[in-house]
Order: sequence, then C-alpha cells, then structure tokens
Amino acid sequence: MPNAHDALSSFSVITRRTILSSTAAASAVPLTMTRGQATPNAEPSAAPPLSVDLVVNNRTERLIIDSRTTLLDALREHLNLTGTKKGCDHGQCGACTVHVGGKRVLSCLTLAVSIREPIATIEGLAKQDGSLHPMQQAFIDQDAFQCGYCTPGQIMSAVACVKEGHAGSDAEIREYMSGNLCRCAAYPHIVAAIKQAKSATESG
Amino acid sequence: MRGFEYVRAADPADAIHAARQTSSAPPTLAPTQFLAGGTTLLDLMKLDIMRPTRVVDISGFRNRTDGIAFDRQGLHLGAFVTMAEAADHPDIRRDYPIIAQSLDLAASAQIRNMATLGGNVLQRTRCSYFRDTSWQACNKRSPGSGCAALRGLNRKHAVLGTSENCIATYPGDFAQALVALGADIEIAGPSGARRVKFEDLHVAPDAHPEIETILNPDELITGFAVPAGPWTRRSLYLKVRDRESYEFALASAAVALDLHDGVVNEARIALGGVATKPWRAREAEAALKGRALSEANARQAAEAAFATTKTHGHNDYKPELGRRTLVRALMQAATVEA
Ligand SMILES: Cc1cc2nc3c(=O)[nH]c(=O)nc-3n(C[C@H](O)[C@H](O)[C@H](O)COP(=O)(O)OP(=O)(O)OC[C@H]3O[C@@H](n4cnc5c(N)ncnc54)[C@H](O)[C@@H]3O)c2cc1C
Ligand code: SF4
Ligand code: FES
Ligand code: FES
Repeated sequence: MPNAHDALSSFSVITRRTILSSTAAASAVPLTMTRGQATPNAEPSAAPPLSVDLVVNNRTERLIIDSRTTLLDALREHLNLTGTKKGCDHGQCGACTVHVGGKRVLSCLTLAVSIREPIATIEGLAKQDGSLHPMQQAFIDQDAFQCGYCTPGQIMSAVACVKEGHAGSDAEIREYMSGNLCRCAAYPHIVAAIKQAKSATESG
Repeated sequence: MRGFEYVRAADPADAIHAARQTSSAPPTLAPTQFLAGGTTLLDLMKLDIMRPTRVVDISGFRNRTDGIAFDRQGLHLGAFVTMAEAADHPDIRRDYPIIAQSLDLAASAQIRNMATLGGNVLQRTRCSYFRDTSWQACNKRSPGSGCAALRGLNRKHAVLGTSENCIATYPGDFAQALVALGADIEIAGPSGARRVKFEDLHVAPDAHPEIETILNPDELITGFAVPAGPWTRRSLYLKVRDRESYEFALASAAVALDLHDGVVNEARIALGGVATKPWRAREAEAALKGRALSEANARQAAEAAFATTKTHGHNDYKPELGRRTLVRALMQAATVEA
C-alpha cells in the first residue's frame, strides 16, 4: 500500500517504539515499515484500500487503510499514537479503551472505517501546557499502577466512569471498571485514584 | 482477519438490499454479515471463525433518539439501541428491572456502549472448541466435523436442549429477560416485515448446530416488543459466575412474578448458562401457579425445570447449581416491590 506510506510521511518523530523495533528487527528493514505496516497477521486484502478521516484528539487525520484495520491498529501502527495498548485484541482486557463520541469503547473491536465521531486517546488527556488531567495525577498520587501496561486504558475508562455517574461508591466503581483488567492487581489503588479525581473530573 | 468488502448502509432498507445473498448458507456461515457493535463479529473474524467476504456496516443506526418507547401495550426496544442505553434508561430500570439487570450484568461498560440489542441476541457461543480453529471437530463451525466438547472440557457446557451433535451453551443474558417476558421480535427482509415470538427465534442444535435461529441471512432484526404485564416490576435477573463481574453465566435465572398475598398468580421464568438456547422453564412456571411462594415450593419448581438434563462429566454440577440459582431468584423476586 504505497499510498498509506505517502499519507503518513508527515510522521518523522522518532519514538521509543521505533528505536526498539528498529534495533530488534534486522537492520535491513527500513524504519518506515513499522509505521506503514499493514494490520498485523493480516492476509492480503481482497478489497482496495479505503480513505478515512479520523478526528483524533481534535486533529483531523486522513488515513488510507485496509477495511479490516481496527481503530487500535490505526492509532498505533498508522498514527504512531502508541499510548493506547493492545492486550488481548479480543475485547477481554480493556487495555485498548479510548473515547469515541465521548463514550468509552474498545478500539480493538472497532473498525477504523466505521467511525463517524471524534476520538480521544490518552495522548489527548493532558492540557496543551503539559499539565496532567486530574485522573492522571491521581493515578500517580495513589500509586495506581505497577508495570503501567493497563494504565492508559484504566485512565480513559476511569474518566468515562466518573462522567457517566457510575463512581458513586467503591462497589459501583469496581463494577463499572470491571472491563479493565490489571495483571499487577493494582485494583484497590485504582479505586482510590478514581475517588481522588472524581470531583475534579466531574467539573472538568 | 481475512479481507472483505466494506459497505456502509444508509438505512435499514439499504442494509437489507446490501445483504441480499447468493448463497444458501444459514446466517452464521453467510458470506455477508451485518456489523452493528462488532463485538461478536470482529472477535470471531479475527479468530478466523466467521469469514464474511462482505461486511455491511449498520453501526451508524445506533444512538437514534427514537429507540426506546413505552405505551399501554408495553415497551418497544429498537434493535440498534445499545446495551448501555437500555440498561441506563430510568423507566426500564423502574418498570422492567429484569431487562436492565440482564444488561447491567453482561460484558463490560465499554462493550455495552458499543453493542446493540439486535447483535446481542445473535452473539455466538463461548465454547472453547468453537472459538479455536486448531480443533478440527466442531459441528457448529464446520458442519459434519464432530463435537470436541462431548469428551473434552465441558464444564461450562449446556445441560438442557443439547443434542449428540452440540452441547454449546447460549451465552447471552438479555435474551433470558425477553423470553421470560414473552416478547416478540420484529424482523425486516427483502419481502417485507414479520413478527415472531422471541422464544421462537433461537433453535436447539439437533442435527444442525450451525443453524442457530430462524432468520434468513438477508433479514435484519429491527426491534423487540415487550408486553406490559402485572409481573414486569416484580422481576429480576440473577447471574452466577466464576468471577463477580465481566464474565458469562454458569447459571442464571430471569424471573418475573405476579403475586397476590404471597400466592403466585403467574410466574415467568427463563434460564441462562445451562441451555443451548434462551430457555423458558414452563414446567417450573406451572409448578408454581396458584401456590404460595415458599422455599419448598420454589425448590419443587426448580426440580421440575431441571427434570430432564443431560450432563457430560465436567458439567455434572450444573443442574444443582441451576436449581439453587432459580430458588434464590424466586425468593429474592418475591421481596421486590411491585
Ligand atoms: C469479553 C466479552 C465479554 C462478554 N460478556 C458478555 C456477558 O457477560 N453477557 C452477554 O450477554 N454478552 C456478553 N458479551 C457479548 C456481547 O454482549 C455481544 O458481543 C454483543 O451484544 C453483540 O452485539 P453487537 O452489536 O456488537 O453485534 P455484532 O458483533 O455487530 O453482530 C453479531 C452478529 O449479529 C449480526 N447482527 C447484528 N445486528 C443485527 C441485526 N439488527 N439484524 C440481524 N443480524 C444482526 C451480525 O451480522 C453478526 O453476525 C461479551 C463479549 C465480549 C467480547
Ligand atoms: S459443543 Fe457445539 S460449538 Fe462446542 S465443539 Fe461441540 S459442536 Fe462445536
Ligand atoms: S486489547 Fe482491546 S480489550 Fe484487550
Ligand atoms: S499496572 Fe501492570 S497490568 Fe495494570
């Protein structure tokens, strides 16, 4: 898909991830492979690539993608927004949680071409000046993670949980956060973080 | 995931037109699939279990404002309403708690924001042999190949409505509420609309586990009509599972009661997690009619519901778990204010 590479040529940022993958892969593999790579494990498509405009964190991005590209792969592989994590890729862990049209959804079970509403990811949560969202700050203050892999999904889910009005008690928080698994079992601290950030998130 | 042609439908008529079929396969194996919330379809496409060559996107029909309506007849639910919208609706929570609870206790907040009621009732079994193509034998996935679960790990498999060809559990929760309340389902197709009892939508596996419903592949579910009744308020959904949340039922009971001075005028009962399709427990309903709702009578009703089970080793515990689940659900429902 040469078009996809063209569409992405504006991305020249070197991230931790491109360095990691370029040192891990054989040096003959050009760097652009990590960016323009088609959906992992995908067989050649029967259908031609599609053009889609996604509004991500208030920026419109035009992508030329295969119809089967999930929103998760579009964010990570095409837009270099690797804050959103791939845990299971099957709807079972919540690591890939983002907001679409203001609602928390699983980006691994969403086709990028099907999206009609604005998308918000963890990268868009902090203010322009870099100051953290109260929920991000609360996760730090309350020690609400260990390895951090589930954390972007937890935080996106937590912000929505509060805005939905489902953070009324510890039990309610646990129930409405049950779609976000934490392999490090930081659960009690996550509940504490949500309680800390609740009122600031409601008014924010 | 295999490649497919992506078609975005403008409205239900457009979707039906785009889904017109050239093959005679049942909906589960049809080359054209509707994409609603995608939480079943995309999962199974990634696992290479569903392999459509064309996907008709109906996800844009979600979040219409006219999806939930009440009148003297009862409650009407549009098929494109999300699970979260229905679960959070204050009037549904008050007048049809059984529906709100069956949705609240299902999946996760994220999935409930995505998934539609129409897609929900068509979710596929979680049988691990069905979900893993490295097992050759699965009649549901590859008709005629056998059933790996019969002599395999079948702890979560069904004990009611099974056949020698498939013992897969129907995994959903919402369908049990619809069955208990005697809802109808509305279906639109190329030759017009039809309305059938929701209870008749799903079929038991018998000789053809790949046939799961009476739908044709180019038919679209458009809504559900839930009749009003003196039992809808005193109703609940009880779900027993391996973990407290974000897990499918090992056994569940959907119960709606019309009680007068502790005596059962009418009981509506459906069972989940234990059967191959959403299961109406008519024998249990009959056992309770006209009798006091005591624990002993509830137990008798539960015995009647599980009188003819077939177990396969690892799931030998299920009939008793199912009976206890039903007894607890009945006793709890009796305390709900009508
Ligand atoms: C991790 C996980 C946990 C879950 N836990 C639970 C649980 O505890 N309880 C529970 O009940 N469910 C559970 N689910 C299942 C979930 O509720 C279903 O996947 C969801 O409801 C399906 O709806 P959808 O709109 O996403 O369907 P889709 O995936 O879009 O569609 C499913 C199928 O139905 C067809 N279809 C969709 N809409 C229509 C229509 N209107 N007319 C005709 N055909 C249509 C599609 O072509 C497809 O074949 C879980 C799912 C996951 C991934
Ligand atoms: S129980 Fe049904 S779905 Fe599971 S392996 Fe047997 S035939 Fe397949
Ligand atoms: S990666 Fe989406 S739920 Fe696990
Ligand atoms: S912090 Fe490690 S998985 Fe949650």
